[in-house]
Amino acid sequence: MAVTCTGEDRVLTLHISGEVDHHGAGKLMTEMDAQMETRFPKTLTLDLSGVTFMDSSGIAVLLRAYKRMSAVGGSLTVTGVPPQAERVLKAAGLYRLLHFLE
Amino acid sequence: MKAENYVTVELVSRSYNEGFARSAAACFAAQLDPTLDELGDIKTAVSEAVTNAIVHAYPDELGRIVMKLRLYPDHSLEIVVRDWGVGIPDVDKAREPLYTTGSEERSGMGFTIMESFMDTVKVRSQVGKGTTVTMRKKVSRRMGSRV
Repeated sequence: MAVTCTGEDRVLTLHISGEVDHHGAGKLMTEMDAQMETRFPKTLTLDLSGVTFMDSSGIAVLLRAYKRMSAVGGSLTVTGVPPQAERVLKAAGLYRLLHFLE
Repeated sequence: MKAENYVTVELVSRSYNEGFARSAAACFAAQLDPTLDELGDIKTAVSEAVTNAIVHAYPDELGRIVMKLRLYPDHSLEIVVRDWGVGIPDVDKAREPLYTTGSEERSGMGFTIMESFMDTVKVRSQVGKGTTVTMRKKVSRRMGSRV
């Protein structure tokens, strides 16, 4: 699992790739927290197009991003969700809570 | 009903083995010629069950997890994930969506995902003795399928 980031002027995109499971979720959350604490994004986009597998650990990652952005009045968009991850996120009801882009 | 084929995989409760367990289950399930969605569902359910055993059954030590995969003539797959860890005091509570005793890295949606993606999920647990999760999924027979 790897995270790269792009963006400027408090508009941040995190590109997540690889397998998002319990084994990798801790590292992903640490990296996401570090980016949010140094760049203070108003708009955060999580690009999941490089994700090859996701289980419920990914739900925890997305909910954490949502809570952090909501706490500062920012917005979160999730994009590039692969079919397997989409089934997990839909089963958890996240499509009713978060903003997703095709 | 007698299993047509089976494998048993024994793991130590290290998180690195989550990926191995779901890949092994996917390789075994491939002989049913599942769709990509079905294969993804099986991998996800195994990942949840094995992660539960790694995170919750053995919170302070490494322990033994056994995954049994059985294939039945009715084109169904049975997955049993067993541990000999601390056990679950209240299984019904543990199966509730968003309930977790884990850290912020856990969403409490593991059992909900297993129930959504498999046809049946049974949980037997005894405090101090361990937990057995038995999941079953019938895989669709497709036109032109090899099996």
